[in-house]
Amino acid sequence: MTIHIKNGSIDTSISRRGFVAGAAGLTFAFTLGGLGRGIAIGETKPTQFNAWVSIGSDNTVTIVCPTAEMGQGVYTSLPLILAEELDADWSKVKVEFAPANPKVYGNTHRLFEGAQITAASVSVPGYFMPLRMAGAQARKVLLDAAAEKWNVPVGELTTANNTITHKKSGRKISYGEVVAFAKVPAEPPKITEADLKKRSQFKLIGRKDLGRKDVPLKATGKAQYGIDVSVPGMIYASVLQAPMEGAKPKDVNVPEIMKIKGVEKVIPLPFGVAVLGDSVEATRKGVAALKATWDTAGAQAAGFDSEKAKADYAAKGKDPNIETKVEYQVGDINAGVAGAAKTIEAAYWTEYTYHAQMEPMNAVASVAEDGKSADIWTGTQFGALAGFIVSGILKTTPDKIRVHNQFLGGGYGRRIWPDAAIQATILSNITKKPVKLILTREEDIAAARPRPMTHHAMTAGLDAKGNLVGWHHRLVSENVDAVAAPPRFKATGGKDYIGARGLDQAFYAIPNVLAEYTREQRGMRVHAWRGIGSGYNKFAAEAFLDEVAQAAGKDPLALRLELTKDKPRAAGVLKAVAEMSDFKKKRPGHGMGIAFSDYHDTLSAGVAEISVDETTGKIKVHNFWLAVDPGLVIQPDHVVGQAESAVVYGLSAALIEQFAVKDGAVQATNFDSYPVMRMSDVPPIHVKIVATDNPPTGMGEIGVVTVAPAIANAVAQLTGKRLRHVPMTAERVKAALKA
Amino acid sequence: MAATAFTINGKAASVEAEPDTPLLWVVREHLKLTGTKFGCGAGLCGACTVHIDGKAIRSCQISVSQAAGKKVTTIEGLSPNGTHPLQKAWVAEQVPQCGYCQSGQIMQAASLLASNKKPTRDQIVAHMDGNICRCGTYPRIVRAIERAAREG
Repeated sequence: MTIHIKNGSIDTSISRRGFVAGAAGLTFAFTLGGLGRGIAIGETKPTQFNAWVSIGSDNTVTIVCPTAEMGQGVYTSLPLILAEELDADWSKVKVEFAPANPKVYGNTHRLFEGAQITAASVSVPGYFMPLRMAGAQARKVLLDAAAEKWNVPVGELTTANNTITHKKSGRKISYGEVVAFAKVPAEPPKITEADLKKRSQFKLIGRKDLGRKDVPLKATGKAQYGIDVSVPGMIYASVLQAPMEGAKPKDVNVPEIMKIKGVEKVIPLPFGVAVLGDSVEATRKGVAALKATWDTAGAQAAGFDSEKAKADYAAKGKDPNIETKVEYQVGDINAGVAGAAKTIEAAYWTEYTYHAQMEPMNAVASVAEDGKSADIWTGTQFGALAGFIVSGILKTTPDKIRVHNQFLGGGYGRRIWPDAAIQATILSNITKKPVKLILTREEDIAAARPRPMTHHAMTAGLDAKGNLVGWHHRLVSENVDAVAAPPRFKATGGKDYIGARGLDQAFYAIPNVLAEYTREQRGMRVHAWRGIGSGYNKFAAEAFLDEVAQAAGKDPLALRLELTKDKPRAAGVLKAVAEMSDFKKKRPGHGMGIAFSDYHDTLSAGVAEISVDETTGKIKVHNFWLAVDPGLVIQPDHVVGQAESAVVYGLSAALIEQFAVKDGAVQATNFDSYPVMRMSDVPPIHVKIVATDNPPTGMGEIGVVTVAPAIANAVAQLTGKRLRHVPMTAERVKAALKA
Repeated sequence: MAATAFTINGKAASVEAEPDTPLLWVVREHLKLTGTKFGCGAGLCGACTVHIDGKAIRSCQISVSQAAGKKVTTIEGLSPNGTHPLQKAWVAEQVPQCGYCQSGQIMQAASLLASNKKPTRDQIVAHMDGNICRCGTYPRIVRAIERAAREG
């Protein structure tokens, strides 16, 4: 992926480089790094086999992790895939993060086509084949070297645990010993799929007992995050963030702040007011004492009030003449709805939500004296984007920007946009000193890049027999791609890949479907948020499907099984979750609700068991069951861990998370005004992996999606009242119970 | 600027900082013990939890002057090599995901086990409820504390 800064905006063009789909399958053309090309390095430096793996004479195998570790487990699962084909000794494997270099380390997944970004739950699916090829290639080089040394046919050699064995002669040699004489050919051996292991031969993939490589570091405080980085000579910065995009500081009490001990500079900038000083505490005091007024003339969000805007959203949901983008279409929606024997209509809502990643945004930037190169230390989901944007700001080339990625203290989509890295770089360029920028929690919320507020106008048609024959879903919301992925937004003529996820009904046999969306423009910094569009679109769709079931006099599970009768994997997770939750069993005083969703080729079905306190309106979730089909499972225990994590994230979004916007500003400041789920609210979570013989797909987000609709469906089953507004706060539940 | 003396992880420390500086920033930036994390600055999330004289304290809510003469323990000083029963249990149960809150979780849990060797599940939840884990590793945190209590 290349990104060009043109007229101040970012333009990306994506290319497939280094990957050639040949007739015999995928051939992987490796880009070698600086080391090892045709040279035996010997004992001092590890031998580099390709861009992904090197082996030292001490038998240590170092594998490069191309994407960011934010808890989703790639620091383990990706190296494990390579180690599998290399037949490496897992205890000897060390992991290093790749530099931002998409030509070498880009993701081959169809969504990214070579961009080096950590998002959309596609690290494992996108890197699965390249990493296997890289491991197999290194193994082949080692085998060829040993065969030549021993003068035996390479076919007589076997590998296991970093060791090559020649059974006939009883000889064994470790990989570390082989690299002492192995030559890595200038033209590395070509590997095809036929050279790879069969699944039955896997020794590492699928093991339950292999822990994650980062866990010991994270149980001892040794894992280094962006916020932990120090460089010599650095100063500290905090930035009072502009309350909305495009607002510029007008009057600022600079002289007053300059009196604070340790404060060295106060700089009003287009994105806020920066306070620089010799300590974190000095910059914190400075920011707390700042009084700024804002010029909002250039801010689209100025005056935006999310509550008042709802009437406009609802009107757009009903307006037959409004311009929409079609996301998914089957048959003829007019026949399916206007021609139906019975129609059902409902409107659904979701509110703005904040990522609330535990590590507030931060970065250390060090711009060179001449302002033409920089080092940036930060935890980022998209280091290449940081590099490209910063290179544009410094009027230099991306190769002059070195992004040193660190562990991420939560990502969930927030760390795609590199705003902290950009701000730290600008401050370092002004001061010509390394700058460590740490946002306060309050600033982090003010600079939120939220999941958008959404409205969903739903209409369904039933035929005379009660069959679902028409499905119309119209989403009204800000266009996320327009803000978060402007190049794609332009290239697709204004589509919203992120926001429209989950509008489709690809797994349900409904003869007439129209899923479309229309754009609100409110100036909010809307962004990818764990589960992206599926989080709200599947809430509306799966809850509304239960309304349809009720109207048709059908059981919610039976209707879903009927609709998925030609989709065995979808039916598989529905049956699995129904069985594990004993879905049909009556539970006095409790409601049970079910929902289904796919997400980027992973399939899931969830069941919630709830009760409602009719006095307070509070929903209590007693159990949540999730059945998930991610194809081949790389790390079973961590698949369960990701599912648990995403369910908690989904529960939090479903029940409590929201913020309003007034005068364009986020109406929340910290975890008191933006509460998130705590331990006491988390029910037992039961996860079943329905393993199928399919390629591996992602696990980071799928668990979020079914939670809200399953809860809404459970509440409807228990109380007969339909909740159509997320979060389903006690207040909203009380109102619904009274209605 | 006055120097404040206290003990950190068994060693004497003297730090030049404004007396009202939150202990958190003294630990993280003056002493470069970065295992203790900044999360909210308002005592709402627990990421910055350390021990002062054995009690779990939010280090963002106490000034360095209040720590004068006291014994401060951070995640780096909880055990010599990550061998505290909780740390072993954290690995056995594969608790951390992003991991950012986990130093605070472990320090909070350690103060519970120090005073209550066999806590019930309800006691664990009540004691841990002030510590946010945005990755939602709560079920595993509970299991790890139960394991540490069991295995000691």
